[in-house]
Amino acid sequence: MDILNALVAFLNFVFIPAAAYGAQLALGALGVTLIYGILRFSNFAHGDTMAFGTAITILTTWGLQSLGISLGVLPTALLALPVGIAATALLVLGTDRVVYRFYRAQKAAPIIFVMASVGVMFIMNGLTRLIIGVDDQRFDDGARFIINVRDFREWTGLAEGLALRSTQVLTLVVTAIVCGALFWFLNRTKKGKAMRAYSDNEDLALLSGIDPERVVRMTWIIAAALITIAGVLYGLDKSFRPFNYFQLLLPIFAAAIVGGLGSPLGAIAGGFLVAFSEVAVTYPWVKVAGYLAPGWQPDGLLQLLGTEYKFAVSFVILIVVLLFRPTGLFRGKSV
Amino acid sequence: MKKLLLATAAGALLAGAASAEEIKLGMSLGFTGPLESMAPGMASGAELAMKEVSDSGLLLDGSTVVPVQGDSTCIDAAAATATVERLITAEGVKGIVGGMCSGEAIASLQNVAVPNGVVMISPSATSPALSTIEDNGLFFRTSPSDARQGEVMADIMIEKGIKNAAVTYTNNDYGKGLADAFAAAFQEKGGTVTVNSAHDDGKADYSAEVAALAAAGGDALVVAGYVDQGGSGVVRAALDTGAFDTFVFPDGMVGQALVDNFGSEIDGSFGQNPAAEGEGREKFLEMAKAAGFDGTSAYSAEAYDAAALMLLSMAAAKSSDPNVWKNSVMDVANEPGEKILPGELAKGLEILNGGGDIDYVGASSIEMVGAGETAGVYREVAIENGELAVIGYR
Repeated sequence: MDILNALVAFLNFVFIPAAAYGAQLALGALGVTLIYGILRFSNFAHGDTMAFGTAITILTTWGLQSLGISLGVLPTALLALPVGIAATALLVLGTDRVVYRFYRAQKAAPIIFVMASVGVMFIMNGLTRLIIGVDDQRFDDGARFIINVRDFREWTGLAEGLALRSTQVLTLVVTAIVCGALFWFLNRTKKGKAMRAYSDNEDLALLSGIDPERVVRMTWIIAAALITIAGVLYGLDKSFRPFNYFQLLLPIFAAAIVGGLGSPLGAIAGGFLVAFSEVAVTYPWVKVAGYLAPGWQPDGLLQLLGTEYKFAVSFVILIVVLLFRPTGLFRGKSV
Repeated sequence: MKKLLLATAAGALLAGAASAEEIKLGMSLGFTGPLESMAPGMASGAELAMKEVSDSGLLLDGSTVVPVQGDSTCIDAAAATATVERLITAEGVKGIVGGMCSGEAIASLQNVAVPNGVVMISPSATSPALSTIEDNGLFFRTSPSDARQGEVMADIMIEKGIKNAAVTYTNNDYGKGLADAFAAAFQEKGGTVTVNSAHDDGKADYSAEVAALAAAGGDALVVAGYVDQGGSGVVRAALDTGAFDTFVFPDGMVGQALVDNFGSEIDGSFGQNPAAEGEGREKFLEMAKAAGFDGTSAYSAEAYDAAALMLLSMAAAKSSDPNVWKNSVMDVANEPGEKILPGELAKGLEILNGGGDIDYVGASSIEMVGAGETAGVYREVAIENGELAVIGYR
């Protein structure tokens, strides 16, 4: 029984939250890695693009809700998602046209792209706040729980409860579908192969008749889809506030770099690695330890770092990886 | 040039001393920020008192009182300081109802109000740190120190048989002051605080904070936070993960927003906030209703009293100069004298104009102690069937 209790506490407070958070980071990191691999720069505007896409999705969701349209147990935001993706795609294509294309034509160094993207970040930052404001917005509807703590305790008679929110399951399912579709696209379709070819060797790709502008457009559209889905899932599962999305930039970049920039598989692994590290390092293990080793009553909480230092975990991972394995776990491009 | 300055200064003095004038009273309240849902009720309370005095025409030979609102943001000390600076230097206010939150109140008091010699009476800044602050007699509050609230909260919990509790507080002067005061009082009464940890406002997700609180355990979770901010986030995460069923809510959490957010999910939880019972309060509630706002909104009555105290003190000192009337505040608030309830400000002014003494009771049973703060009556509330129910007063 005690082992079961320990397992349930671990699932409830560590595994499930970290898995959902990891999936959200993975989707974000996939977008970063795609842009890095093909357009060859680190897009600092990523977090704020996520906020923009989510804001549009939220507004559409409210519109649908006021019309009385809903998806039953699923959140209405899923219906609004295509609108959000389309708006985000238009926004990033417009940005590319106005900002990045100019530097591409000049064959500017990557650092110039990065700095330009910082400027874009500030503009999108303001744009999102103009559209939806700075406050917390909640837009989740439908069933809230798949497994409810009280019900779980009654069914099992365990002391520990287990909660499984529908948004957590939704996050994992959607992430799996999106990743599957992305890998199929990159590996099996002609366009995907063209993108990979362009990423591997730009000149060679040009020689074999691949239209670079088309590849760039394709990349932005896919990135916009990944960005918006990641943002909406994060907002559904937690809450939407533009500033928090800006802050997500750090763990997302940590995830992409740990996995190896330019490597989609690495981005996914990196997302989960960062999320699990953040949660595991700041979780006090005293309760789990108490179940596993009865009679042992430690004085402290067995917590490595206070929860205030959650963000520091991303920093540490980033530094360690850059020091010892700059290409990341999956041998991406070095930064 | 010198003469001109002297003449203007003399003119200003004369104007201050005699004849009717337009007295501006500032309000530095958090109209945006973590307590934004409480600020409008407080502003309405203060404005109600100002209107009452203006309409009576009895203050300093028929002076009128004009409210000037300023946004203190509650959390941004720099913004609050700028607001108070504007109220004092640009608007020329003779007193300020505010600040709303402790950290912001301390900053604006020390940086602007004290150097400029303007009185601040806060309806809601409750940090124990404000009791001992160097204020040149310019700071008062119509709410009690959190040292007292900590004791009241500990008493209620011990009576309910809660012997150990986890505490989480919003990471600022208010939260830390209250959490520490509570922890000390609770331990003294034989309770155990399993963990006393901070949470930051404005995060998307509090599951990590709640995981830490849950690991430490306890019969109840004390949430010394803000209802429009992290406090509600922590409660949401704790309910979702089933970490705690019973919550204890101090003043920053007790509000309509709490039951709007959680409804019957937090049935069985309880809390307290400063609010007096009695005739004064009943009267204030009636007046608020007539004026079209909800007088039970947290600190609304205290804001009324803050504004009323300022104006009565001016009448007692026969001057609108803050450095003069600051000395009358304690006299007006305490015995001896005729007891003055809300709605009776005109009567109070009349007595004061005639050279008599009053004991302002007001909407929140004002009785100033120590360094100019009220002794404090707390309203004990419980959440029953998704509604805030008043259990009693202590």
